[in-house]
Amino acid sequence: MAEAMTAPRMAAAGTAMLEIRGLEAWYGESHVLHGVGLDIRQGEVVTLLGRNGAGKTSTLRAIMGLVGRRSGSIRFEGKELIAARPDLIARAGIAYCPEERGIFASLDVTENLLLPPVIAPGGLSLDEIYTLFPNLKERARSQGTKLSGGEQQMLAIARILRTGARLLLLDEPSEGLAPVIVQQIGAMIREIKQRGFTVLLVEQNFRFAQTVADRHYVMEHGKVVDMVANEDLAASMDRLHDYLGV
Amino acid sequence: MLEDLLFNLQLVALGISNGAFYAMLSLGLAVIFGMLNVINFAHGAQFMMGAFVAWLLLTQLGIGYWPSLLLSPLIVGLVGVAMERLMIARLYKLDHLYGLLLTFGCALVIEGLFRNIFGSSGQRYSAPREFQALDLEFGDFFMPGYRVWVLIAGTTICIATWLVIEKTKVGSYLRAAVERPQLVQAFGINVPLMMTLTYGAGVALAALAGVLAAPVYSVHPAMGANFIITVFAVVVIGGMGSILGAIVTGFLLGFVQGVTDVVYSEASQTVVFVIMAIVLLTRPAGLFGRA
Repeated sequence: MAEAMTAPRMAAAGTAMLEIRGLEAWYGESHVLHGVGLDIRQGEVVTLLGRNGAGKTSTLRAIMGLVGRRSGSIRFEGKELIAARPDLIARAGIAYCPEERGIFASLDVTENLLLPPVIAPGGLSLDEIYTLFPNLKERARSQGTKLSGGEQQMLAIARILRTGARLLLLDEPSEGLAPVIVQQIGAMIREIKQRGFTVLLVEQNFRFAQTVADRHYVMEHGKVVDMVANEDLAASMDRLHDYLGV
Repeated sequence: MLEDLLFNLQLVALGISNGAFYAMLSLGLAVIFGMLNVINFAHGAQFMMGAFVAWLLLTQLGIGYWPSLLLSPLIVGLVGVAMERLMIARLYKLDHLYGLLLTFGCALVIEGLFRNIFGSSGQRYSAPREFQALDLEFGDFFMPGYRVWVLIAGTTICIATWLVIEKTKVGSYLRAAVERPQLVQAFGINVPLMMTLTYGAGVALAALAGVLAAPVYSVHPAMGANFIITVFAVVVIGGMGSILGAIVTGFLLGFVQGVTDVVYSEASQTVVFVIMAIVLLTRPAGLFGRA
């Protein structure tokens, strides 16, 4: 099975796995995305940077089909998803971890972990998850929302690693967590990259972003306005400071 | 003295067996409200349809009680699925007051249709004779075997439903979708289909209670309307959307009605609403609800 999974991954390397063009999105009457364009290649970790309200979260939600209305083009592994329902987008191989983590209070830790259905082979096994996140095994029977913030974040990411999704959308996994936990999350993202997952990461904290990402897109007013490769980050600091106001 | 006690005990036992109907009906309402955010006012009409379908199966096709316990909920459940797809699903984006109004309208239409076709007088539907074997009788205490069966069946159905919701994979989808339907759908689960099936299951539960009720009350178009008012009081007391609350409160209020029947029988129909008023004033989210 591992063979079967790696072959197409190798073949696709270099070409875009996710290709977004002219993405517009609305929540009711409010127009939140104004023509977002970006590409993510197989195996990359790419961040969306930008100030509050720039449209980072909306971009992830629009990719998942969780906005009121959207137009443009979202091609994933060659398949157009702009008109698809969220469950079919998930089944195409994209998994989403929302900013508020979305841990279910009425489910225990194990039920939370096993909730997202497996959509393709190639995800982590339960044993691998427990090796990566030993806390989740210890607290298997606890109510999901009784975990600490860091543990909830781990759980929110762990449950989408099982499903066989190939592209993970992570919305600010470092938000509100203690520095030592943020480091753990960073290590975990590098680990999942190593395992061949592709990640689109929303971040406000670019110090954290630069420890995990290959490239950074900068968003402003519902558009992607710039792209910086991680190795050019130091040279582009002034520009980034202007964008992010830090 | 002993005769009095036994007679009183009988009233209480009958009350608890009425509680089984309250519990089954409020359970269906709670499941539907939790998942769809719709207060299903058609629940009484669907309960009545369950009883009528059993009666029709018997009088038109000669199909007896036991097969009807399965067939009638299936048929009425499918009617529920059609109602959800064709009508209720169009209102999810609106305030849930609209769902209430729509299902209330449906209830009136359904009851009107049945009254037109079958008239308002009751139809007899007799329980199979074998239930007499369950008759409980000591002196002045008498509980018909069929009432004993209702109590056993109702309790079993409630426990089974609770176990499905709390202990199975499907139940975990349901609980999760109650909390965050969008996220559950973004995990690859077809939430709109789940909502349709949940409505169908809640309606089937009402119909099953209707079949169980057919031999107890005569089968007539208003039988659901009479019941559903008390059942809504039960739901309010238990806490809207709480599964366990619906079950426990259903049985509890049946018991309270029975006791009231003993102490001051004139109040036995009103006591539920007095309790409802007290609960609303002191614990608006209900006994088991989360504020």
